[in-house]
Amino acid sequence: MFSQTLAVTMINLRSIPQRWALSLATIFSIALVVAVLLGFLAMANGFRATLSSTGSDDVAVMLRGGSQAELNSGLSRDDQRIVAEAPGIARDAAGEPIVSGELYVIVDGIKRSSRTEANLPLRGVGPLAATLRADYQIVEGRAFEPGSNELVVGQSVQREFSGFDLGQVIRLGTNEWVVVGVFSTGGSVFESEIWADIGTIQNLYQRGTAIQSIRARMTSADAIEGLEAFIENEPRLNLDVTNEAEYYADQAGGTSDLIMFLGWPLAIAMAIGALAGAWNTMYSSVDTRMKEIATLRAIGFAGSSAAIGTMVESMILAVIGGLVGAVAVFLIFDGISASTLGGGFTQVVFSFAVTADAIINGIVLALIIGFAGSIFPAIRAARIPLLAVHRA
Amino acid sequence: MTALYTLTDLSKKYTRGKETLTIFEELNMTIDQGDFISIMGPSGSGKTTLLNLLGGIDRPSSGAVDCEGVRVDKLSEGKLAKWRSAHVGFIFQFYNLMPMLSAAQNVELPLLLTSLSSKERKKRVETALDIVGILDRKGHRPAQLSGGQQQRVGIARAVVADPKVLLCDEPTGDLDRATADEVLETLQLLNRELNKTIVMVTHDPAAAGYASRQLHLDKGRFVEREAV
Repeated sequence: MFSQTLAVTMINLRSIPQRWALSLATIFSIALVVAVLLGFLAMANGFRATLSSTGSDDVAVMLRGGSQAELNSGLSRDDQRIVAEAPGIARDAAGEPIVSGELYVIVDGIKRSSRTEANLPLRGVGPLAATLRADYQIVEGRAFEPGSNELVVGQSVQREFSGFDLGQVIRLGTNEWVVVGVFSTGGSVFESEIWADIGTIQNLYQRGTAIQSIRARMTSADAIEGLEAFIENEPRLNLDVTNEAEYYADQAGGTSDLIMFLGWPLAIAMAIGALAGAWNTMYSSVDTRMKEIATLRAIGFAGSSAAIGTMVESMILAVIGGLVGAVAVFLIFDGISASTLGGGFTQVVFSFAVTADAIINGIVLALIIGFAGSIFPAIRAARIPLLAVHRA
Repeated sequence: MTALYTLTDLSKKYTRGKETLTIFEELNMTIDQGDFISIMGPSGSGKTTLLNLLGGIDRPSSGAVDCEGVRVDKLSEGKLAKWRSAHVGFIFQFYNLMPMLSAAQNVELPLLLTSLSSKERKKRVETALDIVGILDRKGHRPAQLSGGQQQRVGIARAVVADPKVLLCDEPTGDLDRATADEVLETLQLLNRELNKTIVMVTHDPAAAGYASRQLHLDKGRFVEREAV
């Protein structure tokens, strides 16, 4: 049976040039389906990778109780002072607790690609903020001076948004700022932020001494349990505490799931269209080879070999389509930078990531289209009347 | 002579709507091993239908097709396919070659249904092509061959698995006289030298002349003529 099926499949494949236009249309439609799916998956994977590479296990993030994000949190300097005395908080060489109270304000930026406005996070930070971010370094210029209208921008912001070149004066809301430095944090989400002195931001945005989040370095990742117990037993505090890595992983989940929920249904809807194309191509393949199939069966080939040969042909066309789509998406999208709305209602800059898993998903979808599109044509191939051998 | 086929009370009818078209009815016939039979007759007389019944690619409405004790008309589709591959070689008017395969690959097709090794298959393919005088064209595709050469490839394909019977449907219908004669001589050779039983449907009296037994099928009845 194997040699029969192999022979029929080879005959089918070698006859593809006779139906090149239809075969090409099928390959193209399946490639398009896979490309759309992989595009969405690459976006979701890139977004997730950016956020999940952000945050440390030994950094605790504290927000007001019940807040989901920094944007709707509100804390006071007293909260920060009390937290600084909690057990498990690491201290620097001078014996000072490594705790950073931070303010989070949304400002408008102009995307370089579309020239449209998008939200950017302006983070007010103190002197310890940098030590709480792994791999933080100024890659151009210098850090801002406390109390000044100076700011530093993440590399991703500078790349994706206009107006943040070094030395440039930029108006954010009613205030003018000077860009004095560009920082990197190894590709994490912090590179999608603008940082300035917290005191200056509190003044300009009339926030008094309010802060929105507290970050604290802990002596170890396990120390968070002691910190949680401390906060729970301290009646002056109403804080939710989580480690920074988990905080960003949770934020990544919502948006990347949303991208997935958009991507899969769209790909499936398109797949139904491609299925019709595959179906048409395979019916055409069977019809144009009706005499050949009947001849093979008259010689003694089983009907099932004609059916399996038809299915294999369809799935080979589908795999070719899938690979074309995957290669196209990889060449066009992999590694390109884009931004989308993150959990804090601000833009998160990320790179599309066309992963091996995503490609496998795309190829599997292509195979499903190829298989489903071949079922009825395969049945027809198996049932071709033998008398078709006499056709002229 | 040993009877290869015995046809008993063979009928074939087609039903179209309320109409029933009778091709032939209660046809009786014996074909001996080593016969070279030509069947002539007007269009619609049932010549090709009879060939289809002998080859097991169609089933009778009633009656029996017996080949060496096997009721061909009673075999299941699967068993019938195996029976065809072992016992029958078909030669068609329009050759029915696979256009994308070479002559050798076309001839090899029936051997793919056997347990022969690739080396054995190649040897038998070359022998078959040699017998029909077209070994030097083994790598050519059908489109690169003349009609006569294509029919020789068709004959090689029909004999390569060494079946007892060759069923030929207008094998020279698409060929000029000289080429037709060459093809018919090849069939005669296969009949005489290799003792292949041949049943050939033809409209051409000259082609029928190559047969040892000439039958005329008309109005559902056989009329036998003396071979010249």
